[in-house]
Amino acid sequence: MEALRVLVVDDELGMRVGASRVLERYTVPVPELSTELRFEVDLAESGEAALEKLAQTPPDILLLDHKLPGMTGLEVLERLAADGLEVLTVMITAYATLETAVTATKRGAFDFLAKPFTPDELRATISKASKHVALQRQARRHNEEKRRIKFEFVRVLAHELKAPLAAVEGYLLALQERALGEELRAYDPMVERSLVRLSGMRKLVVDLLDMTRLESGQKKREMEQLDVREIALHAIETVRAESEKRRLAVTLHAEGPVPFIADRGEVELVLNNLVTNAVKYNRDGGQVGIHLELADGALRVRVSDTGIGLTPEEIGRLFNDFVRIKNEKTRSISGSGLGLSTVKKVAELYGGEAKVESQYGVGSTFEVTLGSGR
Amino acid sequence: MNAEAKEKLILLVDDDEDFLLQTRMALEAAGYKVAPAPGLKEAEALLSEQRPDLVVADLMMEYMDAGFVLCHRVKKRDSTIPVILVTAVTSETGMEFEGTGEDRSWIKADAILTKPVRAEQLKREVHRLLEG
Repeated sequence: MEALRVLVVDDELGMRVGASRVLERYTVPVPELSTELRFEVDLAESGEAALEKLAQTPPDILLLDHKLPGMTGLEVLERLAADGLEVLTVMITAYATLETAVTATKRGAFDFLAKPFTPDELRATISKASKHVALQRQARRHNEEKRRIKFEFVRVLAHELKAPLAAVEGYLLALQERALGEELRAYDPMVERSLVRLSGMRKLVVDLLDMTRLESGQKKREMEQLDVREIALHAIETVRAESEKRRLAVTLHAEGPVPFIADRGEVELVLNNLVTNAVKYNRDGGQVGIHLELADGALRVRVSDTGIGLTPEEIGRLFNDFVRIKNEKTRSISGSGLGLSTVKKVAELYGGEAKVESQYGVGSTFEVTLGSGR
Repeated sequence: MNAEAKEKLILLVDDDEDFLLQTRMALEAAGYKVAPAPGLKEAEALLSEQRPDLVVADLMMEYMDAGFVLCHRVKKRDSTIPVILVTAVTSETGMEFEGTGEDRSWIKADAILTKPVRAEQLKREVHRLLEG
């Protein structure tokens, strides 16, 4: 239950009392926001008194009579506009002249109520006005939340970019100071670490661009007939050096070609990320299984590993931006923290989903479903 | 090189491999013996075997305040071992540890340094806590 404040401005006592009686017993359900609105009513008998109240605590809805003893309703509206006060206003007019209506609308009135009106007419008008206010509020909250998320993203991104810079800078300073003497070979580990950090940074920038392109909706998506099996084979090829070095058995389970219409780049992104992760987070001598299935026009990609596994708490965070599970097993594994969140965004673009089943210390199975696209 | 410093053992704990390597170099160049640990577990294993003369630890490791936990354990083992906490927290989250001694009495550390830490600054703090 949310309360909206209504200021009723009318010089007739009977009108003010009548309106407040009706509104204080009235509630408006807003199913879109799964809430209900009720009203707190405040009264003013003149335009001047109304302006005073408006300056102190602006109401959500202003029910404003045009014909008032001192300044008119239209003049009140004018002052509000001049003071930059935005209050949703319903004008009450004794005889609805077109001229008054046009001027009032120009000055920002939301609706009109012709005098005399019945309680039902008042309720109908207030119902419309209050829904408008509630939805506007919701939109504002939504925008603020979006702004906050964006700000948080940039903050974390800045941190992720600063960390490798600081590391490389530290090594360069050590070199500059000849911290380990004149023998160049002594600095090999530092050069090696600098290169590792720089390549991690490059990966982050590439992932970031992938994600931005996807989210901006500006990237041209080219839906074409693909063979997903071929894309999977290519993803396996990309990790071959690493998987052979660590004696991993990578198996593709797909009987023949897997035809699917989608954007090639997006499907590659999904498979490359899942297969790379399955290798990165595996144990030496472990297994990676890739299953491709078509069912009811949807593509299901399942990639399982025999790696470190995840706790339920970790699974809850896994698909968010910049989440990297930190523990002693993942310490030496590098990543941008954007891979899985981007995979999830691709899946959602196809009306599908990305999920994981995992057993801590045993292994994980990632499953991504792609529908037939937009 | 300081002759006294040679016998002093510093336990250095951070999950950032690069910070570990760079800080270790700086401290060794100043004549200290350094035992590096990439995490809380390794640090505790080392602590159970030997008594370091000083501990330098990152605040945020496996979890948000792993550094505080380690700090507490060090002090429980031997309250005379000075601890320096290193953190990027202040500059990145706006969390503040500055203030009077009373305000931060709940933190068991003897000094808190904000990343990026200059080698000179760290050496000065280490020297102050060990010899001062």
